[in-house]
Amino acid sequence: MSGRDRGLADSAGISRIVSDREILVLTGTGGVGKTTIAAVMALEAAMRGRRVALVTIDPAKRLADALGIEELGNQPSAIELGDISGHLVAMMLDTKSTFDELVVRHAPTPEQAQRILANNFYSNISNALSGTQEYMAMEKLYELTMSGDYDLVVVDTPPSRNALAFLDSPNLLARLIDHWLYRALMTPTRRLLRASQILLRQLSKIVGGEVVEDVVAFFQAFEGMEAGFKERSQKVMELLGSDACSFVLVASARRDTTIEAVYFADQLTRNNLAIDAVVMNRLQPDIIRLTRRPRAPEFVPFLRAHDELHALADREGTHIASLLSQIEGDPVMVRVPLLDSDVHDLTSLERLRALLFV
Amino acid sequence: MSPDDYFNRTRLIIVAGKGGVGKTVVAASLARLAARTGRSTLLIEIDGRGAMRSLFNPDATPTSDTRSGETELLGGSDNTGWIRSRSITPDTALVEWLNDHGLKLVSKRLQRTGAIEVISTATPGIKDLLVLGKIRKLVHESDADLIIVDAPAAGHALTFLRAPALLLEMAQTGPIHAQAKSVLAMLSDPAMCQVMLVTSPEETPVNELIDTAFQLEDDVGIQLSPVVVNGLYPTIEGLNADLSEARSNLGVAKIAELTAAAEFRQSRSNLQAEQQLRLAEQLPLEQITLHYIFNADIGPSQIDQLATELAAGIDALHELDER
Repeated sequence: MSGRDRGLADSAGISRIVSDREILVLTGTGGVGKTTIAAVMALEAAMRGRRVALVTIDPAKRLADALGIEELGNQPSAIELGDISGHLVAMMLDTKSTFDELVVRHAPTPEQAQRILANNFYSNISNALSGTQEYMAMEKLYELTMSGDYDLVVVDTPPSRNALAFLDSPNLLARLIDHWLYRALMTPTRRLLRASQILLRQLSKIVGGEVVEDVVAFFQAFEGMEAGFKERSQKVMELLGSDACSFVLVASARRDTTIEAVYFADQLTRNNLAIDAVVMNRLQPDIIRLTRRPRAPEFVPFLRAHDELHALADREGTHIASLLSQIEGDPVMVRVPLLDSDVHDLTSLERLRALLFV
Repeated sequence: MSPDDYFNRTRLIIVAGKGGVGKTVVAASLARLAARTGRSTLLIEIDGRGAMRSLFNPDATPTSDTRSGETELLGGSDNTGWIRSRSITPDTALVEWLNDHGLKLVSKRLQRTGAIEVISTATPGIKDLLVLGKIRKLVHESDADLIIVDAPAAGHALTFLRAPALLLEMAQTGPIHAQAKSVLAMLSDPAMCQVMLVTSPEETPVNELIDTAFQLEDDVGIQLSPVVVNGLYPTIEGLNADLSEARSNLGVAKIAELTAAAEFRQSRSNLQAEQQLRLAEQLPLEQITLHYIFNADIGPSQIDQLATELAAGIDALHELDER
């Protein structure tokens, strides 16, 4: 490793966030290392004596193995931290089971829950619908926060190009059940019923009758549960907007990824959600900058490596500056260096942690 | 295989990979190479925000393309083809599709009542299917020789390409059924469509590529083109030399730092080599390697350089068509 394997971090700023907040939401586009940073922050908070839950979406296999979350079901389980003291649980979000549990919990009777779980339209929503993964991440976040078992919940968001996908997700069901078609089917006035029948006929023509039958059956099965779901969505949104919650934007220092990150940050700001920290991940390490270049032939390859790393580091500097100039507010800035090995076990997580939290 | 032969094999190439592996850059370089062989290319972005345009013309402000029209990225000449790009927006695909299918009145009504959202929810994958439907239409109608799609990030790419099969099962009759059927026919015909998977030589993207590859072949029956390993550090010989005896006016400390930097570079290289090897072992598809560009952001001349590397990679393929 180049002698200075150091994180150039606003260590105090990021430490405060990890010590104070009750919820950390890690956002950013795919491929920037959100899961790793989430794990590092969770680890730090645990070492500070907080009871921490880490919700990951799709961890790299070896990292998942390292955290021991591979065979886990949908419930958090304690991570063996070895010599490190602290209480950290982790889980991998299972979208479908989280949704199923939610239905079972909210249904007035077990029979009604079963009718919903067996419905095709429901299984579309809970399996394949874009936004469902985000929605369930929010639900899990809410559930864990409200359980009172944890001081801090760290949640990794699904890979997405769009921050709105998850900000909007709690409204997913609410919007659907607010639809007049739903109300027409549930409490039909004559006029609404006729209108809805015309609409259903048109829908049948387009997507086929079976699909429409499933929708109607789902709405009927869902009767009486909508209020609970809507209330819950509201509470999740309140929680995200509160001071107890911080959004952490993870980005890498490339031109294309900083453009995406700015777009992301912009969407959050427009929704009145401030970014409290920006983590620039996997930056080139600081290496010696030679001014006088040795002439001996042995140095040729070394100078090439030297020049390439500097060229890259300089460009990274430009992109970071550009990113920061375009983000509103005054977020804490953290720089995380690329390590000489992949981060896939507790030892390397710990090494990264030590760089961030000096 | 010559680039000519490679491009002759199919009309539509869908470039897919995990976010951050550079699939947009690969799609652009592939189009650049096609242009050199005299082929004109239409580059399709899904929900694009102008990334493609900034690769060919970095000074233009990247804005989201609200028009459905095409943007010229490279003008053609006698021996080279042109490159144009266009963006397809999933959110408007359903409305456009209804309008195109003589359902303008229904479409208006559905939009007015908000039922359009109920349809999207009731039929997951419908937006993906209709985006593919639109691509299929372009495949048939475009005057381009080649259509290249910069697919949604993998994971999403899998959902995207599985949509037709899913909907074929869900909607058993009607226009959506017909649409799913024709899109599926296109996807499973290698002469019409192939998928080029892209990864960086890193653990997570490699794992995702392997999963995606097997699932695409099993579930969609799609022909996979050789995979692209993007961003491999070029090998530097002589980095393990002992500098302590070499003549220089650097002190011991500086020599040690320089050596450490070289070691860092070497470790990253070794990690990449391990992942590339693992990919070869676990996925029986040939690889094309593109090297990492250290000294500049990707712009027109880097795209040109990568197109040359792609050509060399394609030349080195010995795979004959598996059909």
